[in-house]
Amino acid sequence: MSLAEETTDEVVTEEELVTEQYLTFIMAGEEYGVDILAVQEIRGWESATKVPNSPSHIKGVLNLRGTIVPIMDLRERFQLESIEYGASTVVVILKISTGKGSRTMGIIVDAISDVYDVPFDNIRSTDLGENMNSRFIKGLVTVNKHMVILLELKTLLTIED
Amino acid sequence: MSIDLSQFHQVFYEESYEGLDAMEQGLLDMDMDEPDDEVINTIFRAAHSIKGGSGTFGFSQVADFTHVVETLLDEVRSGDRAINKSIMDLLLSSVDCIRSLLQELQAGDDPDLSSAKQLKAQFEAVLKGEDISAGGGDQTPPPQAPPEISNDQPGGWRIRFVPEVQMLQTGNEPARMFRQLNELCHGNMQVTASLATLPIFTSINPEFCYLSWDIIVNEAVERSEIDEVFEWVIDDAEIHITPLNEVHAEAVATEEQSVQTSAPEAVIEAPQELVPVVTESKDVSQAETKKAAPKASQENSSIRVSIDKVDSLINMVGELVITQSMLGQLGQNFDITRVQRLQEGLAQLEHNTRELQESVMKIRMMPISFVFSRFPRLVRDVSQSLNKKINLVMSGENTELDKTVMEKIGDPMVHLIRNSIDHGIEIPEVRVAAGKSETGTVVLNAFHQSGNIVIEIKDDGAGLNTDRILQKAMENGLVAEGATLSQEQIFDLIFQPGFSTADVVSDLSGRGVGMDVVRRNIASLNGSIEVSSERNKGSRFIIRLPLTLAILDGQLVRVGNHIYIFPLVSIVESIQLDERTVNNVGGHSDVLQLRDEYVPIMQLHEIFDIDIENHKDSESIVVVVETDGEKVGVVVDELLGQQQVVIKSLEENYKKVDGISGATILGDGTVALIIDVSGMSKMGSSNFKKLDSSHKAA
Repeated sequence: MSLAEETTDEVVTEEELVTEQYLTFIMAGEEYGVDILAVQEIRGWESATKVPNSPSHIKGVLNLRGTIVPIMDLRERFQLESIEYGASTVVVILKISTGKGSRTMGIIVDAISDVYDVPFDNIRSTDLGENMNSRFIKGLVTVNKHMVILLELKTLLTIED
Repeated sequence: MSIDLSQFHQVFYEESYEGLDAMEQGLLDMDMDEPDDEVINTIFRAAHSIKGGSGTFGFSQVADFTHVVETLLDEVRSGDRAINKSIMDLLLSSVDCIRSLLQELQAGDDPDLSSAKQLKAQFEAVLKGEDISAGGGDQTPPPQAPPEISNDQPGGWRIRFVPEVQMLQTGNEPARMFRQLNELCHGNMQVTASLATLPIFTSINPEFCYLSWDIIVNEAVERSEIDEVFEWVIDDAEIHITPLNEVHAEAVATEEQSVQTSAPEAVIEAPQELVPVVTESKDVSQAETKKAAPKASQENSSIRVSIDKVDSLINMVGELVITQSMLGQLGQNFDITRVQRLQEGLAQLEHNTRELQESVMKIRMMPISFVFSRFPRLVRDVSQSLNKKINLVMSGENTELDKTVMEKIGDPMVHLIRNSIDHGIEIPEVRVAAGKSETGTVVLNAFHQSGNIVIEIKDDGAGLNTDRILQKAMENGLVAEGATLSQEQIFDLIFQPGFSTADVVSDLSGRGVGMDVVRRNIASLNGSIEVSSERNKGSRFIIRLPLTLAILDGQLVRVGNHIYIFPLVSIVESIQLDERTVNNVGGHSDVLQLRDEYVPIMQLHEIFDIDIENHKDSESIVVVVETDGEKVGVVVDELLGQQQVVIKSLEENYKKVDGISGATILGDGTVALIIDVSGMSKMGSSNFKKLDSSHKAA
């Protein structure tokens, strides 16, 4: 019994080593992916309470079951043209661990797309040179013949003073 | 056996601090002429458990030092030594010393042993029978050991340690003792484990100790110190300690024989590397050192909750479950005839929830005696150094308040009490000349009043010298020359940041903490401080604090489509904005004429950069708030209700926002921000110029 359990365990860990799961979403025609383990929940857009003198990409704060969570517009963060929020606009709530514990934040995206298993070796590093947004990007990967941009959450969810 | 001891460190520290508090309190309560046995025993027990605990956790610096304290206390306890003032002072400073050692250890630092060494020398001198009261601070190094012990002090010791098989079950760990011994003799020892009594593998009981040890200590340590190491196992083991130079003569003949008959032996130098049975303990010690590495910040506080409070919580949760199941049943086959029942159920649910909320809040409440208890010592020390006679009267120690508030109110209170003693109470001669009793009285009182806790600090000293304060304020330019102020206004001056009390203050107070800091600290707790005083009768400071920091009485206001919350305590009044009373001063700022005062006004939507449509000044409301002693008018669109709000952190997931102290969740689930009045008014005044021009354009 215990022996059998051990073997299955090993198989699982081996698989985990080589692939990661990514939740992808669409923004301005491109597909972006975030580590699915960081995703807390996905919810529809509802208006948030604006925080005075905050950067324009921070749309405000929401009540997420008793915690105050800031919401960021990813289009504005990437300096893309902003659009009206519509029926498919969603907020992806992400939780990452930081030096001082964890930080929960929501990002507003155009629409949710899919979940992919991405083999770790297939992730291509990027060198976008002077591109301001390159610090938010972890790498690029090809899934079903089209490109998915994987996001680096640590830098993306940093709040500059 | 491989238990990570570090998980108990926090408990050890807390218990030790409690023990130290008990020692301090006991010492202060003690009547020197007729010491109460019970008090001495309490002090002794506290010292003893600190020593035991610190030994167990490997904090030998603390254990060593506490040991001499304990020895002295033991003599006092057994009546061999009369307690006098110098011993009392020594014991009190030892309490401070142990506390600072523990604090340094807790922060993960290497403790600074210099003061401990000095004190230890004093203790040893006292134990030897010297009168230290004559010696003063300048101490000669301690003699190696008291004479009666040095007689039988050879170059080393041979210890035969044969524990009973159940010793491990009583929580004693040989490796720990060896480690302690090793430190004692600076590594100059040899441990030999004897496996003679080890049964065959299949009959080993893993919880039994089958080993015995021979220990050679090649260092001149005191016999008593070795006894100390084995103190806890004396009943569970056979221990022979013989001086090394005698060993060859007699002990070899008797004890060595039994060792030689034993089967395999392992000879190792340091105790950390014993035979396998003990190796887990090595992991423990390593884990300890590793754990000690991450520094300070790991000090997470905890509170002790009385079992009554927990029981009442469990009862309430029980009731809540009953109500919930009742409602659940009702919902399963509901028809309109049962609306009455439903309403009753919901009312009960509301009742349960409110009670539950109240009791959860109560968990954070602790009696204020935790703060008060440090003051007798403070008063004693300060009055001694100033040669004043002071009687401290405390009442209302059982008044409860929130732990967070309590932690923050300590320092302001220390400052106020110091002030009372330093400036308030006069020296005995002056008091007698003024027809008062020689001994001054400082009264410390706490009580609840309409949802607040009130702390009163009262002295029967000289009172505030209004003429001098006014004169000083004029010199410092705080008050215009020749102005007439009411008495309250003059008292209020002492809280002004620029008010230097230079020649009014002695060295005791000149610590860079002025009354303005006291007031600011109290204001940061949403509290207030007021003072009243009468010449030659004394002064009285009254601090009012909210019971808890987790809930705030708020005034909801609307600006545009946004709702903000003002802490109710900061609001002086709210009035309809009448444009005739608003004047523009020098093209820079708007002021509001409020009766006989002029109050600067600021637009909330401009400070917070909020888009608002159809804003009409004529329909606006001015909320007059008071911050740092200044009044400021804040223009908002509408006053909404007043309610208690639960304060939530905005910084947890976002960052500190200027002018905002936190957030809360309103009844409809949306978030509203709570205004930090002093931060907001600072933003407002720095924006004044910009503000004014935009206001004109609008």
